[in-house]
Amino acid sequence: MNEKADAGANGKKRSIRERIRWDYTILLLLIPTFVVLVLLFPQKGGPARHVAWEYFKEMAYVLPAVFIIMGLVSVWVEREFIVKFLGEESGIKGVILSFILGSIPMGPLYVAFPLAAVLLKKGAKVANIIIFLSAWACIKLPAELMEFQFLGWKFTLVRYLTTLVVVVILSEVIGRVFFKEGFTPPAEVLDETGD
Amino acid sequence: MDLTTIVILILTGVSLFISVIKDRKKTVAALRIAYKGFIRLLPSILAIILVVGLIIGFVPAKWIARTIGRNSGALGVAIASLLGAVLFIPVIIAFPLAKSILDMGAGIMATAAFITTLTMVGFVFLPIEIKTLGKKFAVARNALSFIAAVVIAVVIGLIIK
Repeated sequence: MNEKADAGANGKKRSIRERIRWDYTILLLLIPTFVVLVLLFPQKGGPARHVAWEYFKEMAYVLPAVFIIMGLVSVWVEREFIVKFLGEESGIKGVILSFILGSIPMGPLYVAFPLAAVLLKKGAKVANIIIFLSAWACIKLPAELMEFQFLGWKFTLVRYLTTLVVVVILSEVIGRVFFKEGFTPPAEVLDETGD
Repeated sequence: MDLTTIVILILTGVSLFISVIKDRKKTVAALRIAYKGFIRLLPSILAIILVVGLIIGFVPAKWIARTIGRNSGALGVAIASLLGAVLFIPVIIAFPLAKSILDMGAGIMATAAFITTLTMVGFVFLPIEIKTLGKKFAVARNALSFIAAVVIAVVIGLIIK
């Protein structure tokens, strides 16, 4: 309860302003760099432009939706609900659920970060969220089909199962070693204060 | 627009609709949270899109395949996992690339390490991850993924000869 108030009181305005300036500075430097490089090297610039455009389209479609989902979860889903299914006491059920949630193909990894933030804020266990993000990153059905096609079923299956086991063990270790007292994500992106 | 995108948009639309019917005030609050988060993350994401474009345009797949493919053994695994962590490559390019790395003689271990860090460790995404989840979480997760990549590579190397 107090965390939110504290985060609001601790000179929030200044730190956010500083960060926003950084973002825009980098972006404003990158745009001319990109344009110059693409114009100077048309052969390499072609694919660069194409890929950037494809990602831009994907972002334009998916990202607003993901943030709306984050907002809705943040407003509607009860903390007790998340704690029960993904919290410290959720055990093996929490692990399985995190895997399933992470395996839903919904786009690139950066899309998952805001969702991870809202789940953590609602009391999900750190280890489960790391599992969620790892599954999101490397266990996707469309990707597995490609892997199967190019690298064979044996490689795909062994990699899949090894990843499963290693991620579960290491995320538990990270949760216990670094986040013993639990964890609340910063209020910068998931800001619930009503100003 | 692919199928996934359409499903996400429909799901979001339906949830939003239900939310409005149930409680207009809460929905406005949700949209305000969504808007603020989106605006705060937008410049970083645009920057990352440009960087990803430049990487794919200017770091040729052939160069990656040669660099990893030439080095076998532990050095190969180290180079593969580092390159995988730094680069960002869409899956459609990544798996054919992994295949050519394998064909060039890099070995199963290096190939597995490359795929794992490529998907799980995102140096390009690190600024966004730090913003949304904090520095400690982001660093811990990426470090874990890096270690996981090496472990996974070794296990795969032991199982598949």
